[in-house]
Amino acid sequence: MARYVSYRDFDWVLLGFVLLICGLGVMEIHSATVHTKFAGAHIRQIYWVLAGVGAMFLVSLINYQALLDQIHWFYIAGVGSLMAVLVFGTKALGAKRWIKMPGGNHFQPSEWVKLILILAVAKYFADMRQRELSWSDFMKAGAMVGFPLLMVLAQPDLGTALTYVPIAVMGVFLGGLQWKQGLTVALLAGIGIGAVFLVPRVHVLKSYQKQRLTSFIDPELDPQGSGYQVEQSKIAVGSGGLWGGKGSQTHGAFLPVPQTDFIFAAFSEEHGFVGALGVLLVYFVVLMRLTQNAQTAPDRAGTFVVMGVVAVLSFHILVNVGMVVGFMPVTGIPLPLMSYGGSSVLFMFLALGMVMNVRMRRFVN
Amino acid sequence: MFGRDEKVSAIRLTAAQYIILGIFLVLAYGLWRLQVAQSDYYSLAAEKNRIRNVPVLAPRGKILDREGRTIVDNYPSFSALLLRDSTRDLTADADSIAQGLHLDPNEVRARIRHFATMPQYQPIFLKEDITPDELQFIEAHRNELPELDTIMAHRRLYPRNGFMAHMIGYVGEVSEDMLNQPQFELYNSGDVVGISGVERQYNTLLMGQNGSRQALVDSHGREVGRLGETEAVPGKQLKLTVDIDLQIAAEEALGDKNGAIVAMDPHTGEILAMVSRPTFDPNDFAVHVSRDQWNKLVTDPDKPLLNKAIQAQLAPGSTFKVIMSFAGWQEGIAQNMHVHCNGSADFYGRNSKCWVYFLHQSHGDVDLAKAIYQSCDVFFYTLADKLGINRIAKYATQLGLGQKTGIDLPQEASGIVPSEEWKLRNFRQKWYAGETIFVGIGQGAITVTPVQLLRAISAISMGGKMVVPHVINPTDLPPNYLEAAHITDVKTVAFDPSGWNYITDAMERVLEPGGTSPLAAIPGIEIAGKTGSAQVVSLENRAKHKDNADLAQNGWFVGFSPRRNPDVVVCVLFQGGEHGKLAARLATQVIKAYVEKQRRNPQKMVEKPKSNGAVDVGALWTEPGSEGEKERLQGGRFVLDLPKKPLATAIAAPGMR
Repeated sequence: MARYVSYRDFDWVLLGFVLLICGLGVMEIHSATVHTKFAGAHIRQIYWVLAGVGAMFLVSLINYQALLDQIHWFYIAGVGSLMAVLVFGTKALGAKRWIKMPGGNHFQPSEWVKLILILAVAKYFADMRQRELSWSDFMKAGAMVGFPLLMVLAQPDLGTALTYVPIAVMGVFLGGLQWKQGLTVALLAGIGIGAVFLVPRVHVLKSYQKQRLTSFIDPELDPQGSGYQVEQSKIAVGSGGLWGGKGSQTHGAFLPVPQTDFIFAAFSEEHGFVGALGVLLVYFVVLMRLTQNAQTAPDRAGTFVVMGVVAVLSFHILVNVGMVVGFMPVTGIPLPLMSYGGSSVLFMFLALGMVMNVRMRRFVN
Repeated sequence: MFGRDEKVSAIRLTAAQYIILGIFLVLAYGLWRLQVAQSDYYSLAAEKNRIRNVPVLAPRGKILDREGRTIVDNYPSFSALLLRDSTRDLTADADSIAQGLHLDPNEVRARIRHFATMPQYQPIFLKEDITPDELQFIEAHRNELPELDTIMAHRRLYPRNGFMAHMIGYVGEVSEDMLNQPQFELYNSGDVVGISGVERQYNTLLMGQNGSRQALVDSHGREVGRLGETEAVPGKQLKLTVDIDLQIAAEEALGDKNGAIVAMDPHTGEILAMVSRPTFDPNDFAVHVSRDQWNKLVTDPDKPLLNKAIQAQLAPGSTFKVIMSFAGWQEGIAQNMHVHCNGSADFYGRNSKCWVYFLHQSHGDVDLAKAIYQSCDVFFYTLADKLGINRIAKYATQLGLGQKTGIDLPQEASGIVPSEEWKLRNFRQKWYAGETIFVGIGQGAITVTPVQLLRAISAISMGGKMVVPHVINPTDLPPNYLEAAHITDVKTVAFDPSGWNYITDAMERVLEPGGTSPLAAIPGIEIAGKTGSAQVVSLENRAKHKDNADLAQNGWFVGFSPRRNPDVVVCVLFQGGEHGKLAARLATQVIKAYVEKQRRNPQKMVEKPKSNGAVDVGALWTEPGSEGEKERLQGGRFVLDLPKKPLATAIAAPGMR
């Protein structure tokens, strides 16, 4: 097998669209923080993006198939780091999510575990021999994702834990999910969610999580509490109108964290329906481009890796933009590539590095 | 079975693409719904979020005397506050702050602790209405103690020591009770309104129209800019009919005795002076009145908050004999009546004594004139018996007794004129003819307020011209106000001119030798009047408890000057004054002050401050040069944006509602 890779096969178009989104993000971070104590965040964001692009090139060089062969070690390391968080983690805002690294940086293992899970799921389904998914495969895949998911949930970090779900769902779906299985799982999930909310004795969610989830159903019930954020976000988006407005929600600090979780609301307020739809379109182009790369992947594993990235990205967009327009509860999930934050940016570029990795080897066979 | 290189189902990949498309369509719909379909609603919500209407308080109108001298003014009052969004360690500075502001350092620290959990942008109020010294301290330590700041509000400045306090009244925050009354329905809670006196009566004129300012705020309520402003319309300046010079004379005459003095122009009804004692200092309410202080005022048996000039309802005593004379004359009885007084007389099986009985004297033969200037009880017992209670009531009512005079001050009392019908209605009892006898000398069931008595005697002195007493200069009132107030209405009561001359002549002799009060006379000033001593208990009982001051008689005097076509009528109530002749001396002092001022020979005029010094004699003036309209508007523009309630120009006394 000749191992020939070239940057001619690197997906420059995809990178272009991705950097376009990052650029819009940096712009909006600047606009939203310029008069606050976070001023200058956009410069740090640029550094993170540059670092991310560098990391992407590095990752694209390592053959993903070699990575997949070692995935069990990565998986063990990932789960180990999650355990380390639970034991040694830094407690902030009532949750242990970070490990303090020497040098003052905070390391959030749950982000990297996401990447490991994409690879692990890809490896698992690529190696599967049947066209149709058996219940035992189904359960094994579920356990593979479910175990770290529960650990993240225990931190507690509901938002990140939820982002593991689409990885499993995408894997199972592409891996040959049968209708019966799909219906059964959907039914069980429905019952489970119902139990969490309706049975008072089940304490899976913390009360603030429950409140966040219920407040989005009727934000005006609790305008100063967690419903406040949803309501302010809707006002920001709505007041942007067709062409965008003055941005008083963003600059008057009515919109919570406009540089991270609510960056899309800030952008929508300042650039209106046209601008917001434009950004969604670019995201859609990126996702379609990724799916196309999945189709041209050299092997099953490559397809699963790329589609894993697609699943995570789509889920992030759905939950974040859905939250901003009031369709989804506040879960603290950032908008990939736009929201300020090193972990989030680095994760996306590493994931894109995996995609590039797969694409650059599409003619290898 | 498929190998490692077998592709993933293309259909499923395409399905994934359609699912993603579906997600994006839903999100796009979400954006469309907010930004296109309901854009107007959310734009409005965003505006409402960031624009706050802050009221701009209108300064209350000044209150002036009849010559335009300031009685009530506003002054800029500073409050010291502690800003907490600075990074300084407030507790460490507490000592120096406490020292500069004359506070207890522990109390300052306690306040800082107490507010620790409140939002940072809310300042802590340390001290209201700080002194110039303390203001100086804050200004001088801007660099060392940057967290100290001041905020200014206009407060009401009243004359000191309770000068004119009852008539002027005071302001306070509108209470829940008041808001439920129709005349206050347009006000909002937190508004400062007049609570009593002129401040209450003419509140709508004095208050002006609050403006509003549209402020841009951020999500913490911090003001980040302003859009526009509707200026406040300052309250109307009101000119009273009171003459400060005469008011001072009246205040000094009454001193710290209990009672009231009212002086009025009998031609117009203009009140020239009005005093009630004991008094209170309305400035105590303008900043803060402690609960103790308030309770003391409310529970004081001498009722310092009561304006006795219009609210004290007491037996008129012998002053009522003037009204009896009027009634007797109009009925054609009194002028022909001759009575022999030997100290007492029997009526309805009871021996009724004349006041001279207790001096072991008698009046001998008495006609109407002598009955007036000697105040013979036996004569008026007889006259009362002849008139009967219903005719007495008729003439008393004609002269405005038993009803409100209509003076433009709140909560006037109406007094009582007893009659057969009155007793039947209120006690379901028949009137006994024996009771009439005592009404004849102003005792028994009859009660009057000083201002009623003043008005009645004024009418007699003017030959039947009845005016409505009022304190506001009518030309200062808007026409619709004037119409509703009826303060310039004049009635004429039929009074035979010969009776008028006869009775007022007799009243002049009251202050001559042989009258009841010769010592009150003032050489060179013609004064007519009538003394009165109203018993609190019967004279027999009184004689038994000579030393009990609570049982002392109330002294009255109603007088006017000159005898014909008088310029001024004065009524004095000297509670516990024992005898009308003491009240007469107070009244003549006021009349003297009036006459001397008329003769351009002022005995004691208030002078404007020589330098910038403050005026001590009751009234006050704004410092020269600071009276410009602009400056006052400036005051109105000031606004306190406090989280709870706007700092008013005054704070309501606790328990006021």
